[in-house]
Amino acid sequence: MSTLSVHDHGVVHHEEGHEHHHDTFLTKYVFSQDHKMIAKQFLITGITMAVIAMLLSILFRIQLAYPDKAFPLLETLLGRFAPEGRLDPEFYLSLVTIHGTIMVFFVLTAGLSGTFSNLLIPLQVGARDMASPFINMLSYWLFLTACVIMLSSFFVQKGPAGPGWTIYPPLSALPTAMKGSGMGMTLWLISMVCFVASSLMGGINYVSTVLNMRTKGMDLWKMPLTIWAFFLTAILGVLSFPVLVAGVVLLIFDRSFGTSFYLSDIVVNGQVMPFEGGSPILFQHLFWFLGHPEVYIVIMPAMGISSEIMSVNSRKPIFGYHAMVYSLIGITVLSFIVWGHHMFITGMNPFLGGVFMITTLIIAVPSAVKTFNWLATLWRGNIRFTPAMLFAIGMVSFFISGGLTGIFLGNAALDINLHDTYFVVAHFHLVMGSAAIFGMLAGVYHWFPKMFGKMMDEKLGYLHFWLTFIGAYLVFFPMHFMGLDGVPRRYYAFTEFASMQRWLSVNMFITWAAIMSACAQVAFLYNFVHSIFWGKKAIQNPWQANTLEWTTPVEHIHGNWPGEIPTVYRWPYDYSKPGAEEDFILQTTPFSQTMSSNLPHDFEDNPAGMEELSKWTSTQKANEEVK
Amino acid sequence: MAQIQQEDKINLNAKKFVMWIFIFTSFMLFAAFTSGFIVYSGGSGHGLSVILPSSFRYSTLVLIASSVTLFFASRAAKRLEFEKQQMLLWITIGLGISFLLLQVYGWYILAYKMQIYLVDPNATRSFVYVMTFAHLLHVIGGLIWLISALKGSINRIPQVKNLYRMEMTSIFWHFLDIIWIYLYVFLLLNQ
Ligand code: HEM
Ligand SMILES: [Cu+2]
Repeated sequence: MSTLSVHDHGVVHHEEGHEHHHDTFLTKYVFSQDHKMIAKQFLITGITMAVIAMLLSILFRIQLAYPDKAFPLLETLLGRFAPEGRLDPEFYLSLVTIHGTIMVFFVLTAGLSGTFSNLLIPLQVGARDMASPFINMLSYWLFLTACVIMLSSFFVQKGPAGPGWTIYPPLSALPTAMKGSGMGMTLWLISMVCFVASSLMGGINYVSTVLNMRTKGMDLWKMPLTIWAFFLTAILGVLSFPVLVAGVVLLIFDRSFGTSFYLSDIVVNGQVMPFEGGSPILFQHLFWFLGHPEVYIVIMPAMGISSEIMSVNSRKPIFGYHAMVYSLIGITVLSFIVWGHHMFITGMNPFLGGVFMITTLIIAVPSAVKTFNWLATLWRGNIRFTPAMLFAIGMVSFFISGGLTGIFLGNAALDINLHDTYFVVAHFHLVMGSAAIFGMLAGVYHWFPKMFGKMMDEKLGYLHFWLTFIGAYLVFFPMHFMGLDGVPRRYYAFTEFASMQRWLSVNMFITWAAIMSACAQVAFLYNFVHSIFWGKKAIQNPWQANTLEWTTPVEHIHGNWPGEIPTVYRWPYDYSKPGAEEDFILQTTPFSQTMSSNLPHDFEDNPAGMEELSKWTSTQKANEEVK
Repeated sequence: MAQIQQEDKINLNAKKFVMWIFIFTSFMLFAAFTSGFIVYSGGSGHGLSVILPSSFRYSTLVLIASSVTLFFASRAAKRLEFEKQQMLLWITIGLGISFLLLQVYGWYILAYKMQIYLVDPNATRSFVYVMTFAHLLHVIGGLIWLISALKGSINRIPQVKNLYRMEMTSIFWHFLDIIWIYLYVFLLLNQ
């Protein structure tokens, strides 16, 4: 048997199967060009960053719950950032900024897309690797560089960047404006440039692989929804990240060369700055043109993953496959024309505000289509409550409860009151933060056997799910009420306002709920690490799923399939098909082997197949009569 | 064996596609700069009010000429006329470098003769520098592609790869040409 492997530089043909590569430790685990290894690298880096960002959030939650208390331990841990055991106000801003940046970009963009697009695109479309494995490797290493630079900003004298994850100028453009505008901000920008380069390399590869390297029979309408989601996510990224680059380039010019793109009439410490004529609103336009698609870059992979997992574990075809795809496409297109809803209070022309309001509310339609389809998929399913399934259902729950508040915020008249309050914080932590993290965790539980060849422990998975699910609601739900009462976000100690003092008890409650949810993650981390080494060995298709990745051997080999890449004959959602022998039919099973379950619908544009089917049914009928 | 060759071809196609998508991302970058320009000048009421130096006009012609020579180089490569291909590539590289120099000369005229600096309270003028600078960085990338194509041809790499490099280089270089014309016309319309 001959095995092929496609390299960056042409094709090498091996007469021997397996282990044809004399991999050294370095080429196998470090500078690997194999998409499965790169996926694992992304996942482990992403999880590490998530833990760090979570610990940062616990730090600032402690400040919010106990604004007047000193914790000597904090000084021991943080030194000059927590003099006398109390968090430095500017360091608080840095914590919020880095928490947001890491979570949005490093965990939910790179960690999520990087892991699952890399793992699943070649495996589910039937390719030996990515279009350019070399660029793929580069993408990971740039990502890691970005992570290291971002974290290194904790070790500069004035601390990390502090203007929030949206880095609005003037704070971000004037190195002297506050501590977090100095060296930390510079590092933030450098890190982000690496990050964007990494994302673009990844995204370009994903798009090209999906469009060019599908196996025989895998036309677009036979692709699993995961692939559709990753593909459209990559397109979103490829089109919107360059706009962020443009915004950041202008910001760098303002910071370092004294131009005035974003700056005008500024006085710092009583000193008049020479900047004139710039417009900080310009930055907001450039930022949110990326920023809004970015939130969908975060959620769409989670949607795809959940769709797949819910179908597999309900043992039912996904409800409305075409509608699911079209709604993803709709979201992709619409997400480019709604960015103004982040800027309602910038003094934009009310007419323009109205336009953005309408586009924003329209995007709720495809979102609702998806939600209804998920619920309809569950309806009367043969549900198997695996941990992955629970997390996928949790994703839907958060998407609904957070999406509803989006509709409030999308109304300019309401948003003028709610903007920059905890209501917004509640909205996006539910709809983006929690939903996307749940989608990611669902994916980890579901594809762990594919990644590591082992099973994760179910009991710990259930514990992890329930504590996290309840914890997340306890943390974020009360924030709605705070926001409605006008409590502003990003304040070090809003309890200084007499009218808001009564929220202190709620803050304490939230902080303890957050600490509880953080502890729950230990169950996951333990389960993850323990199962990699000592987990139960996985079988080839543990979930009895239809998609191609489960036809590869458990042991990872370079090129994914020994021998030829399988051909695909049917869509991926033939679960519980009436008349079939089992309740799942692999995509690689031809219709000729499943005569008893074929339906006229399967042969819509295949007259030959249709003829076979009617012949078969008439002989069946004849047999019946004989009996 | 047939299957291998086919997989190989698919893979090269996928890589060409990578180049096309990269071009979309680059295009978005420049589109962002020009939209930023429009938003800024619309919001602040500033116009450019600068007569662009004539060296930009010459650089435009040089860049168009380089696209033409590259086109003939590709044709020569397809016809297995490697000497001719190399000569035309040399000329293209030469024209590319002249473009670089002309752009820098343009900045010199802007700054030293016309007293229009990067730092200006009217940021539309800063935009001129930023856009030309971003484009120049791309041109340097394009030159690297040209050199790799030339090197490949001199070292007699297999024809499939020679053509592949030529094609990747051409896609990118012609795109740079078109983007520059877009930027130049955009600036002319706003001057
Ligand atoms: C039903 C559809 C949705 C609507 C109508 C909507 C509307 C809005 C509006 C109007 C804001 C601005 C609030 C303000 O700053 O005053 C906002 C903020 C936000 N939304 Fe949504 N949203 C929707 C869905 C989503 C989804 C699906 C995600 C992410 C997956 C998301 C993530 C965010 C984030 C991250 C912010 C806050 C950004 C910040 O200021 O830091 N939204 N949303
Ligand atoms: Cu938005």
